[in-house]
Amino acid sequence: MIEVESLTKRYGRATAVDGISFRVEKGEVLGFLGPNGAGKTTTMRILTCYLPPTEGTARVAGCDVFAQPMDVKRRVGYLPETPPLYPDLSVAEYLDFCAKIKGVPARERKTRVAEAVEKCRVGDVRTKLIAKLSKGYRQRVGLAQAILHNPDVLILDEPTAGLDPKQIIETRELIRGLAGSHTVILSTHILPEVSMTCGRVVIINKGRVVAEDTPDNLTRRLKGAGTTRLEVRGDEASALAAVRAVPGVLVAHARAGHDGIAVIDVEAEAGRDVRAELAWAVVTKGHSLVGLQQMGMSLEEIFLHLTTADAEESAPAA
Amino acid sequence: MTALRNTAAIVGKEWRHYFGSPIAWVALFVWTMLFGIFYYFSFSFFLEQSMRIAQQGMEYGGGMKISLNEYLIRPLFHNMAVVALFLAPMLTMRLFAEEKRQGTIELLATSPISVFQIVLGKFLAASGLYALMILAGLVNVALIWSYATSPPEWKPVATGALGLFLLGACFLAMGTFVSTLTRNQIVAGILSFCLFLGMWTLGWADDPTAGPVMKAVAYLGVTTHLEDFVKGVVDLKAAAFYLSVITFGLFLAHQSVESQRWRA
Repeated sequence: MIEVESLTKRYGRATAVDGISFRVEKGEVLGFLGPNGAGKTTTMRILTCYLPPTEGTARVAGCDVFAQPMDVKRRVGYLPETPPLYPDLSVAEYLDFCAKIKGVPARERKTRVAEAVEKCRVGDVRTKLIAKLSKGYRQRVGLAQAILHNPDVLILDEPTAGLDPKQIIETRELIRGLAGSHTVILSTHILPEVSMTCGRVVIINKGRVVAEDTPDNLTRRLKGAGTTRLEVRGDEASALAAVRAVPGVLVAHARAGHDGIAVIDVEAEAGRDVRAELAWAVVTKGHSLVGLQQMGMSLEEIFLHLTTADAEESAPAA
Repeated sequence: MTALRNTAAIVGKEWRHYFGSPIAWVALFVWTMLFGIFYYFSFSFFLEQSMRIAQQGMEYGGGMKISLNEYLIRPLFHNMAVVALFLAPMLTMRLFAEEKRQGTIELLATSPISVFQIVLGKFLAASGLYALMILAGLVNVALIWSYATSPPEWKPVATGALGLFLLGACFLAMGTFVSTLTRNQIVAGILSFCLFLGMWTLGWADDPTAGPVMKAVAYLGVTTHLEDFVKGVVDLKAAAFYLSVITFGLFLAHQSVESQRWRA
């Protein structure tokens, strides 16, 4: 459905996207993962014909973004990072306008707008001005705009950014519901989001693809390198020694926390869960264990693991 | 067909912006108020003149009728052209600047609608509002017909209004272009006004003793071509001049939007 071939985009001397290639099959949900400035938005803008590529080709639904932009635009629904809304229009007026410029035939317009409104659950704010809507509703109206013309491909740039947890869950469910009938690319910098919604992940950094896999494989590869954080009351040095003695522990750092509690960050061998052993080791040495926590992988850590060889040395505390 | 529908969609949206915000109402208010004031002054002047001439006629015999067209309608249209100079930036400054600031330009640019349709739609929306303003002002002039014993010729009124419309449309086309240059409405407004003023002052080069160069400069001024229209003549040359300026403005706007896509 989407074929990207050594796509490059340069702004003057800066290279935003540097020879990216990937494919997305029909009905698939692809997660586009990367830190800010990695080139996610630029790639998406090229796929939606907003920007022309400097080099390389991209084909969406069989049409080249450069040679047949109108055909591509008809087949793509796009939600930019900030939803492109007119604050002085009401939701209904806005969606009606979008339907018109997206080439929805006049006789289908009403039903399509109604469908999008229902799918994105914005029915209760139909007549409200967009200026008066909360962030979550705005995001949903933006999403309604993207699916309005029933496009083959949906391109969503950070669809859950700035939403509260409940809204994030709702939006994820919505996206999952759209998969199958639509091919979806969504960008994010939150790893759990990818594993929850995407069938496949492309990680990009500095304009290049650094990894491409299913979320399960990716998290399996990364989980082993995760850190466990222990909070221990008692002598810091001896607790640290006890932790380091546990088999499978690679690195452990300690620092003083509040109220005489030492915080110890432990990195274990890949694929090995050492939490039980850690707890046992600490407690048997006569320290009180007040906290034990598997730290989530931050994006920075993932990148360190993916892009640098000496990850253990430089892994920052989350 | 699709082109027409797309353009109409843009026109509709722009009108919604104009009338959903104070812009259209303020523009209509200021325009009709000034139209009324200028109308009143021109009318008083006309009455004064006709009184004096009537007096002269009684004293010296003979006497003549002075033309309503000459004393009332002509100066009125010229005055309103000045008002158009001031109001046109208000109508065009937000057209593209606001889309860029809000990021909605991304919506337009990724929808199956051509840049030309967007530019044309926005220009037509502004001209439509401007045409409405002129019609609202003409209500004043229409009153003459219901009161005057010898009503003025209607043709110069119609052609004068057409001339005024074309002159303003030149501003609106150029203003549409200027609005594509920045994401700041105020900057677009000020730059447009300076540009319009430039287009206006070129006409000042026109004077009977002017050499060929100055004549050419004067030809490029927007006001130079208004005179014929106000006199009741639709000069094809003048009409062609206005239409060329409008086309040129829309062309610049189109090129500007297209090129920003490449430079972005």
